[in-house]
Amino acid sequence: MNLSFSPEDLKFQEEVRTFLEKNYPADVKRKMDNGIPLEREDHLKWQKVLSKKGWFAINWPEEHGGTGWSITQKHIFQNELAAFNTPNIVPFGVSMCGPVIYTFGTEEQKERFLPAIRDNDVWWCQGYSEPGSGSDLASLKTKAEKKGDKYIVNGTKTWTTMAQHADWIFCLVRTDSSGIKQEGISFLLIDMKSPGVEVKPIITIDGSHEVNMVYLDNVEVPAENLIGEEGAGWSIAKFLLAHERTGIGGIPHLKREIKRLREIADELPLNDGFLKDDDLFMDKLNKLEIDLLSAEFTELRTLAAMSAGGHPGPESSILKIGGTDLQQALSELFVEALGYYAHPFMSESDLASNEKRIGPDFAATVMPHYLNFRKVSIYGGSNEVQRNVIAKAVLGL
Amino acid sequence: MDFALSEEQKQVQELITQFIAKDYPFDVREKLVKSEDGFSKEYWKTFGEFGLLAMPFPEGDGGFNGGPVDLMVILEAFGTGLIVEPYIPNIVLAGNLLSKLGSDDQKKEILPKLFSGELQMSFAFTEPQSRFDVNDVTTSAKLEGDNYIIDGYKAVVMNGPASDKFIVSCRTSGSQLDEDGISLLIVDKDSKGLSSRDYSNVDGSKASEVTLENVSVPKSNLIGDEGKAFKTISQVIDLATLAISAEAVGIMQKMNELTLEYTKTREQFGQTLSKFQALQHRMVDTFMVHEQTKSLLLMAAAKMNDNAPDSSKAVSALKFQIGSAAKLIGEESIQLHGGMGVTEEMSIGHYFKRLTTIRTIFGNSDYHLKRYSSL
Repeated sequence: MNLSFSPEDLKFQEEVRTFLEKNYPADVKRKMDNGIPLEREDHLKWQKVLSKKGWFAINWPEEHGGTGWSITQKHIFQNELAAFNTPNIVPFGVSMCGPVIYTFGTEEQKERFLPAIRDNDVWWCQGYSEPGSGSDLASLKTKAEKKGDKYIVNGTKTWTTMAQHADWIFCLVRTDSSGIKQEGISFLLIDMKSPGVEVKPIITIDGSHEVNMVYLDNVEVPAENLIGEEGAGWSIAKFLLAHERTGIGGIPHLKREIKRLREIADELPLNDGFLKDDDLFMDKLNKLEIDLLSAEFTELRTLAAMSAGGHPGPESSILKIGGTDLQQALSELFVEALGYYAHPFMSESDLASNEKRIGPDFAATVMPHYLNFRKVSIYGGSNEVQRNVIAKAVLGL
Repeated sequence: MDFALSEEQKQVQELITQFIAKDYPFDVREKLVKSEDGFSKEYWKTFGEFGLLAMPFPEGDGGFNGGPVDLMVILEAFGTGLIVEPYIPNIVLAGNLLSKLGSDDQKKEILPKLFSGELQMSFAFTEPQSRFDVNDVTTSAKLEGDNYIIDGYKAVVMNGPASDKFIVSCRTSGSQLDEDGISLLIVDKDSKGLSSRDYSNVDGSKASEVTLENVSVPKSNLIGDEGKAFKTISQVIDLATLAISAEAVGIMQKMNELTLEYTKTREQFGQTLSKFQALQHRMVDTFMVHEQTKSLLLMAAAKMNDNAPDSSKAVSALKFQIGSAAKLIGEESIQLHGGMGVTEEMSIGHYFKRLTTIRTIFGNSDYHLKRYSSL
């Protein structure tokens, strides 16, 4: 047991800080700090900064361009990124499709796809959920029929995050409908420019366009884009979901946001004093911080176990539930901090324009964030499904 | 002891329910929210013709002698249809301030137009720092000759964009938090020195930031006695708190219905969601919470109807409960709808947004817990 950083770790932390101070693009930072929605180019610009430095695919094996960092170094790195309020890394390529390809892909596929993911040249999105298949993902119906050296794909994917920006989509498709539903699923990579791919926006209750429907109408996909064997898609999906769940808790961002809310409480006028004088509010903030500590150290224990060997297992569901509960609770506390000023609505275009904000500067994104964050207990396997995973795979029920 | 509604009250309930079914389906509501005004002035006049706008006022003011229970009936029914027309700012706030404190001349000039739906009003009482404390007033009014000169800023004023007139709470004496020294003035929206920034709220309602710079209004625009408005403001805010709580209870009922319906049709793992025991228990919880909240609503309405000495305490108990019940029912409804719950397309998310803003309006749970403890 030792929680302190070694001198080398501290040196590394200093190196990361110096790098971010010098290289975090000022225009992207301005948008992040002011709650202005990012464009595709903003994400890419920031991620390129990291990929050029070789700090993008940090969890990958070194042979494919990973960093070889220790768990502590990764922890330090993530915390610094969050402290600098950098944009979340779009996870679909680097954290999801990449690990699938280097774990299950052929040598040819690795050579073809991995460098572009590592170097940020291709934007990926995830084709999992369908209108009839949410929590029950294995019931998916998108059909891929083999014809010669091609698959012909038909179906509809939904909740596809940032599909409007994507170059490629990795899909779970049904290649066999005869047996057990899990066994007929395959993992297929599809070029979004293929004829027959159509993206339609879904507007969410916060007024934003983040997710989409993706329609696949007789899309021709070369058979060489299949990852693993036909029918191996479900095992790959399970592997990937476990990966998705570890980062999903967003602990470093929560730490920064709690700190920010404390600063806000110090300065936000309330009667003839400040919000910090409201004991009930401050109690809630302090309780949240304690919950965060428990989530953080649960995550560190999981990461340490991972570094000792192997991939994250079903325990990662604990992180997903714990982290997303916290994200929602904190987003709610921001709403409470604002009182009536949580209610004015500014559209994404209002936010992007120079129009003066209504109420305190930080107010405009608070309620949209609360509303938008209802999704976190639904996506990535709903928290109900996560509980089933823990019940089954951890408790053996 | 009798919790039954009167025949007249049942008729009002039925009238509104039928109006919603026939004229106010969700897609119509959405069009209205997105329109320039943000609500239907035509429907507003229809409400006037129905008598809904004059309902909770004494006959002497041209009303129908309705009380807090009638108000509850109207707003609870409005909640089920997510009616966005500005009943609370116009009728419950502005109307009641005038009815309780206004001079005969003021009533004669304003109330008939308010009840027919020709005139739009609102009560500008919140300031950036005041949060839920109506005694926290820094906007000042100074008598100079025959005019009051008003300077200050009012935040998130409900129905500000449509309002022809505001009732503005002003400090005429004392310091920022004193209960004494607060006065009410009628200010036309087009007054010189008044500027407003109009916007939409997340729940589809509209509001304004109102700046008052050297605004001059005649002395005759003072409602009631100078410096003595606090008590009436508190009473009217209590009434508005009851009204918005009733709206919330209507919304909760509707959200529970929509969620139950959805889980009976949505299939996953080869059965409808409604068959999963883990989800059944949660729907039982939201059902119970709605019933329990409704009980407090009836209690508070009855106490206010009787002018019971502890009616303010009852209102705070109710609004405290509204806050926690709205969180549970709102968030669970969205969760049980899964991804569909967060789409702009389905009505459930819109009910959720209104229920969420109601958690804050006229005081959140923390505020009312403290107030309950202090009363």
